Amino acid sequence: MSAFDLTKFYADWQIILPECFLFVWALFVLTLATLGKKDEPGRSGTFALWTILGALITAVWVGVTADGAAFGGTFVFDRLAVVFKEVVLGGVILTAISSIGTVGRLEVHRGEYYGLILLSAVGMLLMVSATELLTLYIAIELSTMGLYVLAAYHKGSRRSAEAGLKYVILGGISSAILLYGVAWLYGLTGTTNLAAIKDAVMNIYMSTGGFPPAMTLALIFVLAGFGFKLALAPFHMWAPDVYEGAPTPITAFLSVASKAAALAAFLRVFFVGLESAAMAWTQMIAALAALGMIVGNVTAIVQTNIKRMLAYSSVAQIGYILVGAVARDTWGATAISFYTMAYLFANMGAFICVIAFSERTGSDEIADYNGLAARSPVLAAFFALFLLSLTGIPPTAGFLAKYYVFLAAVNAGYLWLVIVGLLTSVIALYYYATVIRKMYFPSGETASTITVSKSLTLALVISTIGVLFFGVFPGPFVGWIQNAAQMLLAGK
Amino acid sequence: MPSIGLHHYLALSAVVFCIGIYGMLTRRNAIGVLMSVELMFNAANIALVAFGRFVTPQLVTGQVVAAFTIAVAAAEATVALAIVLLIYQHHRGIDVDRINIMKW
Repeated sequence: MSAFDLTKFYADWQIILPECFLFVWALFVLTLATLGKKDEPGRSGTFALWTILGALITAVWVGVTADGAAFGGTFVFDRLAVVFKEVVLGGVILTAISSIGTVGRLEVHRGEYYGLILLSAVGMLLMVSATELLTLYIAIELSTMGLYVLAAYHKGSRRSAEAGLKYVILGGISSAILLYGVAWLYGLTGTTNLAAIKDAVMNIYMSTGGFPPAMTLALIFVLAGFGFKLALAPFHMWAPDVYEGAPTPITAFLSVASKAAALAAFLRVFFVGLESAAMAWTQMIAALAALGMIVGNVTAIVQTNIKRMLAYSSVAQIGYILVGAVARDTWGATAISFYTMAYLFANMGAFICVIAFSERTGSDEIADYNGLAARSPVLAAFFALFLLSLTGIPPTAGFLAKYYVFLAAVNAGYLWLVIVGLLTSVIALYYYATVIRKMYFPSGETASTITVSKSLTLALVISTIGVLFFGVFPGPFVGWIQNAAQMLLAGK
Repeated sequence: MPSIGLHHYLALSAVVFCIGIYGMLTRRNAIGVLMSVELMFNAANIALVAFGRFVTPQLVTGQVVAAFTIAVAAAEATVALAIVLLIYQHHRGIDVDRINIMKW
């Protein structure tokens, strides 16, 4: 039993400061919500925004001042954590801003809405930093638990309730499957620490010259657990229903922040922990990525609801992101991180356009986007830009993201995967362009003009800046995440 | 008499897990589906505790993970039951086959 080390104690808590900050304020927002008799529309939202901004600043500050592992190597604050924490918090900020209108229309429980978003964000931040399987598992659960409730938040809506039920059942199943995989991984390696798992897996390989079937089974279970979380085909069946039924800001939150956090965890588990088992999982990931790109893009064509179309498109996007994973090197990790960043702004922006449209028209049907360019030129232009970025047309960030991912895969010798990616991109262009054509070349008459609220305009402008900035000046940022990826793979 | 070893526990865990998957696929009642999910959690717990006892007898990692999991599963059940209650208010029933406004 070592003596209590005060310096170590402070260092540990300094590293976890952003999470603590966010957690305390999340509880504060929740308490405030229960105390206040009638919550004014803006109050808890304003609190939540300041909280997230505070957490963002704290995360940057911790990133600058502190570095390294805490709590016995279960939690780490490295460069990769900084990158993904900023992405997650960026997603949370955009969600909070774009929720203002939605929350304003709620009759009850306005404050709890933001409280749950913040709690869920705490889980996501923990997920980004977890380097131990139990910590990771608890973080995943913390982030999804809030999302289950948020998906069913429109109490009067049947669709929302149905989305909540489907999400909680399939989420529970996926979490049980992940846990079963974790149990086997622990049984085979005797540890839950990712760095130690890496060595243990290497030892298994060296001593037996291969992997026991149990190892493959554990890999499949863990991959399936992550697949559910990322809505990766064939584990994506919950996504369209939940995306359609949930309140749209929550859909955006689900599709961006939650996936970014899961991708960071994916990088840690597969690029570090299971790195020595790479030959066992690379083929699986390649197959799943190809399946995701094909299923997502082909099914998106026939959708009539814009939220469902974006759901399938995000299934495809995850496929593209995982194309980077077959490379398993610095470039692969860099491409995945950059794609996540580009995806954050483009997908978030697209959903904010959907929110702005449905706030004024009450519709999510693609047919109703007919002639949007005449009804609101600004909104149509924003939406077109985000859709083009999702397709991967220069000079948007989406183009470079796809380029990096494909480049990483080609260097790793997966040319067939890149060809699948390019062919499905053409399909993607078709259904994105259909929406753009409807907006700009209407058939028949168009209805009255649409105005976009101030908060949504702000969110749209932020997303646009992101999409264009990372598309035109990616240099410094790519260097930065490349550095982060190098440090991740070097185990430092 | 042969003693009970790691393999027995793992076989039990696998059987419980399969029963959970079977129940989840065949049950039409939302509560039944949730119970099946709980079975799957418990299968993982059995495996964790067995591994903890036999693979790392000097440590309690497996047992600690199982203890956390029990708490997580309880929290999950709470949220799930609240949502099932919400579904009941809308549909006057919790048959998962009838909860299908959204398809494809």
